Amino acid sequence: MSRLPVKKTYKLYVGGAFPRSESGRSYEAEGHNVARASRKDLRDAVKAARGAFGKWSTMTAYNRGQVLYRIAEMLEARVGDLARVTGGADEVDRTVDRWVWYAGWADKLPQVLGGANPVAAPYFNFTVPEPTGVVGILAPEQPALAGLVSRLAPVIVGGNTAVVIASEAKPLAAIELSEALATADVPGGVVNVLTGYKRELAPWLAGHMDVNALDLSGADGEADELEQLAAENVKRVVRGSVDAESPWEIERFLEMKTVWHPIGV
Amino acid sequence: MAKAPALTAGFELPLEPRLPRIGSVDQVAVEERAASLARRSIKRDAKVFALELAVRCMDLTTLEGADTPGKVAALATKGIRPDPSDPDVPSVAAICVYPNLVPTAVDRTRGTSVKVASVATAFPSGQSPTDIKVEETRAAVELGADEIDMVIDRGAFLSGRYAKVYDEIVRVKDACGDVHLKVILETGELGTYDNVRRASLLAIAGGADFIKTSTGKVSPAATLPVTLVMLEAIRDVYEETGRMVGMKAAGGIRSAKQAWQHFVLVNETLGPDWLTPELFRLGASSLLNDVLMQLRKEKTGRYQSLDYFTID
Amino acid sequence: MAELDRKPDRAPVPAGWDYAPAPEARDVVSIQERYPLFIGGEWVEPRSGEWFATVDPASEEPLAEVAFAGPDDVDVAVQAARTALADGWSNRSPAERAKYLFRIARILQERSREFAVLESLDGGKPIKESRDVDLPLAAAHFFYYAGWADKLEYAFPNRSPRPVGVAGQIIPWNFPLLMLAWKVAPALAAGNTVILKPAETTPLSALLFCDVLRQAEVPPGVVNIVTGDGRTGAELVTHPGVDKIAFTGSTEVGKAIQRQLAGTGKRLTLELGGKAANIVFDDAALDQAVEGIVNGIYFNQGHVCCAGSRLFVQESVYDDVLRKLKRRMGTLRVGDPLDKNTDVGAINSRQQLDKITELVRAGEEEGADIYQPPCRLPEKGYWFVPTVFTNVAQSYRIAQEEIFGPVLSVLTFRTPDEAIEKANNTPYGLSAGVWTEKGSRILWMAQRLRAGVIWANTYNRFDPASPFGGYKESGFGREGGRHGLEPYLDFE
Repeated sequence: MSRLPVKKTYKLYVGGAFPRSESGRSYEAEGHNVARASRKDLRDAVKAARGAFGKWSTMTAYNRGQVLYRIAEMLEARVGDLARVTGGADEVDRTVDRWVWYAGWADKLPQVLGGANPVAAPYFNFTVPEPTGVVGILAPEQPALAGLVSRLAPVIVGGNTAVVIASEAKPLAAIELSEALATADVPGGVVNVLTGYKRELAPWLAGHMDVNALDLSGADGEADELEQLAAENVKRVVRGSVDAESPWEIERFLEMKTVWHPIGV
Repeated sequence: MAKAPALTAGFELPLEPRLPRIGSVDQVAVEERAASLARRSIKRDAKVFALELAVRCMDLTTLEGADTPGKVAALATKGIRPDPSDPDVPSVAAICVYPNLVPTAVDRTRGTSVKVASVATAFPSGQSPTDIKVEETRAAVELGADEIDMVIDRGAFLSGRYAKVYDEIVRVKDACGDVHLKVILETGELGTYDNVRRASLLAIAGGADFIKTSTGKVSPAATLPVTLVMLEAIRDVYEETGRMVGMKAAGGIRSAKQAWQHFVLVNETLGPDWLTPELFRLGASSLLNDVLMQLRKEKTGRYQSLDYFTID
Repeated sequence: MAELDRKPDRAPVPAGWDYAPAPEARDVVSIQERYPLFIGGEWVEPRSGEWFATVDPASEEPLAEVAFAGPDDVDVAVQAARTALADGWSNRSPAERAKYLFRIARILQERSREFAVLESLDGGKPIKESRDVDLPLAAAHFFYYAGWADKLEYAFPNRSPRPVGVAGQIIPWNFPLLMLAWKVAPALAAGNTVILKPAETTPLSALLFCDVLRQAEVPPGVVNIVTGDGRTGAELVTHPGVDKIAFTGSTEVGKAIQRQLAGTGKRLTLELGGKAANIVFDDAALDQAVEGIVNGIYFNQGHVCCAGSRLFVQESVYDDVLRKLKRRMGTLRVGDPLDKNTDVGAINSRQQLDKITELVRAGEEEGADIYQPPCRLPEKGYWFVPTVFTNVAQSYRIAQEEIFGPVLSVLTFRTPDEAIEKANNTPYGLSAGVWTEKGSRILWMAQRLRAGVIWANTYNRFDPASPFGGYKESGFGREGGRHGLEPYLDFE
């Protein structure tokens, strides 16, 4: 007699916990019932992300880099699980390496993106990059894992927190990723993942007044309308690359702050 | 009517040679120094010494709207004999209560070494007219308090009216007569270590016998860096004038470990002369049981349970 | 009502509160009886046939026997490094190199207590320093540089960075493991292979590090450890198979190396001595400044190249500062490095102790006033009481020469210009300290001080992201930060 396995329940990842949708709805994807998030779940996710921003953005860069590296450690341990819900072991290996790549940027960004500015007056003047705040991400439909990570890692390495709307057709990879995040010392609320109907959720994310930037990599057709909604609070709108490793992907979610101070006895 | 010295708007202390300069406090450095002292490893007899000192220096406190004579009577009994099963455990230094409960506290501690401290001056906010606050002080003294814990007017302090703050302290001290006065700075509301130092020196100039961190009603309260800043102000006064002012750390001290960390700060900033209830107090309520548990652990070698200690 | 006890008002005030010994457990680390050389990923008997002992400076007890690498041994090590280089280290994908370095960082974090105890035993520094400073920083260095390994084109845009090749690295005894991290991490991140020669009196943490290399599965020959003394270092410096030399140590030896390499085209970086000025203005946050002064010269027993060994106090605040300083020195606990409450540990060696003693005697003879707090020193071992000299003239040996011990010289100044003049009046230029609450003055002083590291309202702060290195005779080249990669790279 073969053994009956225990089926996993796929829930949302918000505030470091795994709640069901407050609407009680689900939809079928990849042979499983997956939570179908509502606008209220999204509202809660943004609140969690905002709540987590203070601590995440003021951690030392070294600490953040270590947390990201630990995410890679947890992902590596789950290669088998992840390979089953993605394009295969190759995609997972690439994903783990991408996390490691981005982890190494945490404590180097000001050295490449900022610096002292030689102003023509007796002032010390320097520019430092700072995280913009809460970033909404529409994850690419494909590749379900590598695409999501390529957008998520550059957002959080710089100190931002994220609300992700996962791939609609292939959401399981995003939840498996969330399980790795939950065991990797990532403070609750730094990353929040919602599964559900993109067309239903995206406008609420794009129009939310407490979201500072919007990544439309997974936007498909509605990108223009979403950009319109984003203008209401002057969100930074980014259409990122689905497969890049670059500090410029990080920079798009950073603000540049310049400080002056006189030099005098 | 006490006379405040002419203080300028920016509050520079008068150029008397016998008062230390106010100066600044570097936040990062003072927090590092406090953290470094907090890592001292206190073991065996040094630990037992610290635990017993923690009891002897404790102001066992209840300051609730719901306080009744029954509650205060129970607390006083606990303070006199903290551990009935161990006669070696000393009494606490004082019981600290609201003025209405002073008569009960005095009655229950009569004939023992335990003092009665009363809060006064519209504790905890201090937001009442000065005359009322002075009158309340007089009343508490008349009811039998051995010590008065007053609050400074933080509203006046934070809006730069230092002369008013000073004047009140002088008047309250006057109303105390021989009764010893602790001045609560409410450091959690002062915002910066610079202000904690400034308030400390101001209180001492006004006549404080003790300066005290907090009312216990506001967080953060007695953190180690704040205590360190206050101890350094006391040290500067001592070195300038020879006057020995006491310090009371109150609010947020719940564990025995926090208690001995405070003692390390005192020991390495002011020296062992200050390790006595005459010059150092811990204001606390739940701390006592943690100290008793630790003491019993040192004596028996076993970790303890709250089930075996009275909750009064 | 039960009878209430009359208790005495208070117990007698103690003469002092003795904290009781708090020793860190030694058994967390196991020390072998003897350590061969570590070459090509293997433990290799020295062809020289020679061995030497390494000693615990707090007790003078020998800890282990260590191999002495002679010229043949150095040659074998260089060959191993060259082979490893050609054999795939520099061809390995940078992302793979990064992952080896991340592994090393994580393993150091996990084994941190073991290494800290070993470091204190072998070198004499207090456990609270090796545990709280040396180990965390060493791990952090590997973590920081791991992240650069596959990002070099962003560190040096348009320059096509390539590894230099084989690096010979000679490190001192004051921060043995940390100096190893400062050298090995950037070198490996840049794609080089290395031969590292630890200091003669402190080889053990480098030798234990070889076990970390094993656990991290670092390919053989990428890191080679050749223990020995100055002769071993000299062999390494002049070996034709080495492309680059990195040396941290005394200015005297640094100059000798520079002379030896003149005309050879071999790359060189030097991190040498210092005689840093620590400058306190009258508006400084005084109690914190005193902490900074103490940290600047008594941290690590003053065995620090960037130590704040010349204290310049503005005259208007001189009395206050000195009074506070002397009182503070009285609370320094000198003793067993493995006791968690020890602030000042043992002097690293008999030779160093003799040098400090000689210079202190010179200070007294030249006419400075000496103060040492009362202090009971253990009988065995090498110890020196924290010392401060006042009434020091700029020309005294104790104001000119690097003592490398817990000895502070105090001078005064009246104006910022005077402070700058006196601070810069030295052949050294490694570091300086400025204490003032006025921001513009901090920046004005920083602009004018001829030193590679300027600490304002703090002292002896290190971070892998922060470049460290000197001006003038304190050496050239930087370690830490993006700049720390440069000495290990060739550019188009």
